[in-house]
Amino acid sequence: MDKNNWIYACKATDMPHNGGVCVQYGTEQIALYYFTHRNEWYATQNLCPHKKQMALSRGMLGSLQGEPKVACPFHKKTFSLKNGQCLNDETCSSIKTYPVKVQEGNIFINIETLLTPHSSTPIEYEPQ
Amino acid sequence: MKIIVIGNGMVGQKFCEKLVAQKIAGLELTVFGEETLPAYDRVHLSEYFAGKTVQDLCMKPMSWYAENGVDLRLGDPVTHVERAQKTVTSFEGTQFAYDYLVFATGSAAFVPQISGVDKHGVFVYRTIEDLNLIWRHAKIAKSAVVIGGGLLGLEAAKAMLDLGITQTHVVEFAPRLMPRQIDDGGSHVLTEKLKALGITTHIQKNTAVILGNETITGLMFTDGSILSTDMLVISAGIKPRDELAKKAGLPIGHRGGIIVNDRMQTSDPSVFAIGECAVHEGAVYGLVAPGYEMAEVVVHQLSGGAKQFSGFDMSTKLKLIGIDVASFGDPFITDEETRSIVYHDNHKGIYKRINVSSDGSKLLGGILVGDAEAYNKLQQICVNQLTIPHAPSDLIVTPGNASNDAGNFELPAGALICSCEGVKKQAIEDAVVQNGCESFDAVKKCTGAGSGCGGCTPMVKDIINATLKKQGKVVRNVICEHFAYSRQELFDIIKIKNLHTFDAVLDALGTGDGCEICRPAISSILASLWNDLVIKKESATSQDTNDRFLANIQKGGTYSVVPRIPGGEITPDKLIVIGTVAKKYNLYTKITGGQRIDLFGAHLNDLPLIWEELIAAGFESGHAYGKALRTVKSCVGSTWCRFGLHDSVSFAVRVENRYKGLRAPHKIKSAVSGCIRECAEAQSKDFGIIATEKGWNLYVCGNGGSKPQHALLLAADIDSETCIRYIDRFLMFYIKTADPLTRTATWLNKMEGGIDYLRNVVVHDSLGMAAELEAQMQTLVDHYECEWKKAVETPELRKRFTHFINAPEVRDPTIVFEPLRAQKKAAEW
Ligand code: SRM
Ligand SMILES: Cc1cc2nc3c(=O)[nH]c(=O)nc-3n(C[C@H](O)[C@H](O)[C@H](O)COP(=O)(O)OP(=O)(O)OC[C@H]3O[C@@H](n4cnc5c(N)ncnc54)[C@H](O)[C@@H]3O)c2cc1C
Ligand code: SF4
Ligand code: FES
Repeated sequence: MDKNNWIYACKATDMPHNGGVCVQYGTEQIALYYFTHRNEWYATQNLCPHKKQMALSRGMLGSLQGEPKVACPFHKKTFSLKNGQCLNDETCSSIKTYPVKVQEGNIFINIETLLTPHSSTPIEYEPQ
Repeated sequence: MKIIVIGNGMVGQKFCEKLVAQKIAGLELTVFGEETLPAYDRVHLSEYFAGKTVQDLCMKPMSWYAENGVDLRLGDPVTHVERAQKTVTSFEGTQFAYDYLVFATGSAAFVPQISGVDKHGVFVYRTIEDLNLIWRHAKIAKSAVVIGGGLLGLEAAKAMLDLGITQTHVVEFAPRLMPRQIDDGGSHVLTEKLKALGITTHIQKNTAVILGNETITGLMFTDGSILSTDMLVISAGIKPRDELAKKAGLPIGHRGGIIVNDRMQTSDPSVFAIGECAVHEGAVYGLVAPGYEMAEVVVHQLSGGAKQFSGFDMSTKLKLIGIDVASFGDPFITDEETRSIVYHDNHKGIYKRINVSSDGSKLLGGILVGDAEAYNKLQQICVNQLTIPHAPSDLIVTPGNASNDAGNFELPAGALICSCEGVKKQAIEDAVVQNGCESFDAVKKCTGAGSGCGGCTPMVKDIINATLKKQGKVVRNVICEHFAYSRQELFDIIKIKNLHTFDAVLDALGTGDGCEICRPAISSILASLWNDLVIKKESATSQDTNDRFLANIQKGGTYSVVPRIPGGEITPDKLIVIGTVAKKYNLYTKITGGQRIDLFGAHLNDLPLIWEELIAAGFESGHAYGKALRTVKSCVGSTWCRFGLHDSVSFAVRVENRYKGLRAPHKIKSAVSGCIRECAEAQSKDFGIIATEKGWNLYVCGNGGSKPQHALLLAADIDSETCIRYIDRFLMFYIKTADPLTRTATWLNKMEGGIDYLRNVVVHDSLGMAAELEAQMQTLVDHYECEWKKAVETPELRKRFTHFINAPEVRDPTIVFEPLRAQKKAAEW
């Protein structure tokens, strides 16, 4: 991975425990999570594909048979933090996930996939 | 081996999936698709109008084809098949050789020859392209007609309603709706149901001409009557796409379709046909499950398997929300050997018919309209030829027998449970026993059952539970996969162990990392036990979003602000403050049903600023976001009302201030009325108080909401102090023993002994815990502090009310409002 694709998000001490925050990058919104109970960091798109709400960073973290997940606050669709797949509704699209790294208490998100098209990007198909 | 598939529809795609899974060495798989999109879920096509995207409907993403070595050629239909040379030629002119050829060309909508079908505004309902055209035209249409009152026609009619066309008509040639599935009795009931939805039906109407110049203006029927309309959708049946096969000299059925044998072979052994383009023993199957079965048969033929196609059960269920219609087996038989039992309730709009063998032992078929809950069970009994009860009518009339309890009826292991994915009962049991799948989701993932149309879900769940029981595993009332305890057990253990945070509880009593079910449930227990601040750093993220930000999240991501107005009493000065604050932060204001004022549309960033001003004016949090005490409504009472017996407002204010901030398994509401005229509606509340000549009557466990229930009298003619003591005990007992998210009414309904038992505990202290309950309540009352006050005064907490962590001053730019009268509203989603 190109080192230029890492963006600085915030300090580890700014983060809530077992919860998320939203990071602004240009016009994009990225949800960053500190899963304290597992001592793991994750990042995903902030947009919930269900009703297109900017809300995942305010969602609740948890696990399903060991798979870490976030639950959208609106209608509780849950998404794997590892691969972005919706875990409780097959008809719901997946979300994008981004690598995260912690360096000397600073958090960085890798936005490479944000710059290249991703297969799970919801395409808006409007009738012509 | 070179295999060419013509058609990338549902069945063609399933064939590819099944074939690829065989991992045949040297396989070259080429697929031609006439449509420009990769195969999508036609069964759920109508959901496109309800917001599903093409991506949502696609069966596999484009990447799947590439990853599995499938050469997919979209928008390039096959135009010639030269069987002698074993080649096909596509529209683009390229020629491809095959060893085996598979026709999966599906079918097209059947369009009767009516003059005028080529006019603008006339559509069929088959592809995404069709739906796009309809969508565009619907924007300028006020009325729509669907020709065809079958399964598809009714679905199309409902779609017209969903598109906002309020005048929708269905025209059917036969003397009843769904003529292939239901009888006249069922059709009558269905007609009424559709009418209630807003769909008008016309039966026995034969369309003669489509009126209009370029664009349709109406239909004229052979009886001379005219129906005006802005658009027409024709859904009069399907016509197998056999034109290419016909040109290639393959035999075609006399009503269309490529003739195949039990191996799905055409007259040419290297050419197969599957799905809706095939006719097997004179039948074309217009459903997806038999098509999948055919695909499986061909995969077997190509990989050395033995499977053959032997017909398929055509039981069906209409998938219109709110309208249950199903038929199974032979719905119509009336011969010597058959008896029909009909249950017809015109009042509720229910029609059920079952056909049983004359000796009463076998179920041969039936029809369900208005209540199809028993469909899965009956269909299974019918298909598997299970013996039915002595009184066959029990199958459709006995209340409580309507569930799909497959366990009761010991289905054979080979019973087909999920016909979409071809999953048998045995496979589900194996998943439970051998692979340790103990939840529906796990079984679904493992076997595929329930991932198609979803109709078998209740049956799959029953089989899982029955299998677990057989293994001696108790299906316990635990809260989720992370805790093997009920809420009541957790409440007691957490108290004894003196645990104060979610993580502490999880580490001591649970497994895994928690989830959106146990986090809020345990947070609620912790709040009820200790009344600590819910938004402390260790606790905040385990609260439901509403509690985490101390406000209700709204459509679009803004929040609402509800200051407490105890008893609904407010001074003019405070009213002015609310008005000023609402104006300053551009909030939509509304009087709520709970006698207070809700300010909607606040940005997360503004919440602390808004509350700061409200608190400065003497307001406190109204806990409208919490599973906590909401409002204590009051009527004006004896201070002004000529009938008032006591001062209901003062008592309501006292009660509200006592229990404010109290967290419980669900929200709690109360009201105080000054006399039996009951203007405060106290008998619809979790606890309600009504003034009597001698004191107060205390009612408990009432509920509004979706299942309203009147509160029951707990104690009569008691004085104010006794009333408060009883409420203390009642609430604390509820908090200790109720399941998560259970209102007091439901709690009482499940309680053995009911209100008498509850009265014994609360009034007669039968458990000897009254003093303890009162003491616990007093501790909670003494611990109260306004959490919003705390939040705005603590910089550490205040900092959290920002949308972007790296741009704290920026509000979420994606939030959009629309004007509404003199105010605003959230944009539609
Ligand atoms: C604002 C208000 C409607 C209004 O404009 O009048 C309202 C609004 C909501 N109600 Fe309500 N209810 C409101 C009075 C009621 C009432 C009437 C009453 O309290 O007298 C009822 C029936 C009485 C009852 O609860 O028994 C009521 C029964 C419900 C229910 C069903 C509860 C049930 O037991 O079935 C829900 C769903 C739930 O809580 O799970 C609900 C849920 C909701 C939610 C929280 C839905 C949500 O999760 O977003 C709404 C949030 C609004 C917001 O963001 O602020 N609301 N809701 C009322 C606020 C009263 C207040 O001042 O606090
Ligand atoms: C609105 C709607 C609702 C439905 N609901 C249900 C339901 O609830 N339950 C149920 O079981 N079934 C339902 N069905 C029927 C179900 O969708 C079909 O049975 C299923 O799609 C048949 O699959 P198929 O692959 O045989 O045909 P199709 O899905 O029609 O696919 C055939 C494909 O072949 C293409 N093709 C044709 N000729 C050529 C050629 N020469 N070269 C290349 N490509 C070609 C066509 O363009 C098409 O894309 C519904 C259908 C519709 C339209
Ligand atoms: S009745 Fe339904 S829509 Fe109306 S406020 Fe209550 S929850 Fe919302
Ligand atoms: S908007 Fe996220 S679950 Fe509905």
